Amino acid sequence: MAYSDKVLDHYENPRNVGSFDQEDQDVGTGMVGAPACGDVMKLQIKVSDDGVIEDAKFKTYGCGSAIASSSLVTEMLKGKTLDQALDIKNTHIAEELALPPVKIHCSVLAEDAIRAAITDYRSKNETETAGYDACKPAA
Amino acid sequence: MERQPVYLDYSATTPVDPRVAEKMIPYLTQLFGNPASRSHAYGWDAEKAVDTAREQVAALVNCDPKELVWTSGATESNNLAIKGAANFYGPAKGKHMITVKTEHKAVLDTVRELERQGFSATYLSPMENGLVNLDELKAAIRPDTVLVSVMLVNNEIGVIQDVVAIGNLCREKGIIFHVDAAQATGKVDIDLAKLPVDLMSFSAHKTYGPKGIGALYVSRKPRVRLEAQMHGGGHERGFRSGTLPVHQIVGMGEAFRIAKEEMAEENARIRALRDRLWAGLSGIEEAYLNGDLEQRVPHNLNVSFNFVEGESLMMAVKDLAVSSGSACTSASLEPSYVLKAIGREDELAHSSIRFSVGRYTTEQDIDFAINLIKSKVGILRDLSPLWDMFKAGIDLSTVSWVHGTESHREAETAAAH
Repeated sequence: MAYSDKVLDHYENPRNVGSFDQEDQDVGTGMVGAPACGDVMKLQIKVSDDGVIEDAKFKTYGCGSAIASSSLVTEMLKGKTLDQALDIKNTHIAEELALPPVKIHCSVLAEDAIRAAITDYRSKNETETAGYDACKPAA
Repeated sequence: MERQPVYLDYSATTPVDPRVAEKMIPYLTQLFGNPASRSHAYGWDAEKAVDTAREQVAALVNCDPKELVWTSGATESNNLAIKGAANFYGPAKGKHMITVKTEHKAVLDTVRELERQGFSATYLSPMENGLVNLDELKAAIRPDTVLVSVMLVNNEIGVIQDVVAIGNLCREKGIIFHVDAAQATGKVDIDLAKLPVDLMSFSAHKTYGPKGIGALYVSRKPRVRLEAQMHGGGHERGFRSGTLPVHQIVGMGEAFRIAKEEMAEENARIRALRDRLWAGLSGIEEAYLNGDLEQRVPHNLNVSFNFVEGESLMMAVKDLAVSSGSACTSASLEPSYVLKAIGREDELAHSSIRFSVGRYTTEQDIDFAINLIKSKVGILRDLSPLWDMFKAGIDLSTVSWVHGTESHREAETAAAH
């Protein structure tokens, strides 16, 4: 299968490979896909106090397009607010990487990974904030 | 110019041996006659060349040259054998066929087509080592079973089926037995004078001959009959009409002559290379051999590298020409159906690579492959969340996976409501 230069570039020099501590309060983790389907993406975001994504890291089991999609996404996320990040659509990823039709699912998975990571971050921090607030009157 | 990748995909196809190409060329230019032309020397020369080639092919598999029908390759041979026998014997004997899930698509899709035409079929699951379980075959045979088709050598995992035992079983029950031997010629001894086989398919291009030519063995003792699938001038005793491609036939003949002469020595050399490859690769953690190592052709190695996806590994080793799954299916996203049929879970089926060693493979090629695979598997595992989980002691089969696409769709549906 012929890959675009962009896919090859991200595949050969993947950006932001690695992991943050999943337990850290400012980290959101999204893991999507399944080994049986041939791709699993783990995307992590590190969010500043003012809600901006400062850093992103990924690890992906999957084909070259899946690896390239997640690598690209980590670059796109940096500097965006969570709401801006939610605006990233799979079509942006697919266009940017010129994915062939059989590989569109890789970009869909990458979009899902963004949503999962943000959901994880929000649920973590909302609960935490709620807990904090709950304690406040007692203080 | 970029360096050509090291070729380790001899099960997909082989280069034409230069000795074969040399023999073929005159039959394109000077000796271009039609072997069906009976009235002049051009035709006689072509006919003689075809007869010689038929003898050469017959010699490798020890049959009567009259038992061979030229075809365009193993796919056509499989079609002619299965459809031809089913159509000829079906009406009297019955409409049930038996084959195996790990057969080549040329057999499976042909059987499927016959199912659409009113036949019924049983697809046997092989054992974990890739071999057919004779008891299961016995149990699958019905009074109306007309044909059994089992390949001699599997194209993906290289295992050799016990066609003697299967054939004897078929003979006992009066069932036509077809064997796809496309991957077998020059790799294993084939003695059709002794084998209880009625129909056998051959291909030239897997054995250093040209593409586009093959043959079907049709037994004369006992006499097996077929309904022709290609109609026309009545060539090949009516089994397969069409002007004979003399240059390709000459090529197949020469390729099979060389195979007969050199196979013992060549297989010893190839086996040593293959064993060297496995010795190197088996040192990689979580590397699994697919298929039986003993009951296997010497040139094939099929390995799954757990926690690494096959297609990305293939991309990483682009300096090696290898296959993930079979060449016919590697454009699709499905894991190898052959590996799934032998009970490999999806993860391992997704991470398989087939290495096939051949006539022009060197020790340097093998060592290059080992080092490249070792380093790239390492890099991809550093990238793999599954490898991290494995290393953290998590049993992946206990994880409940969120399939992204589905969760996404659910989210969209929810949003729409």
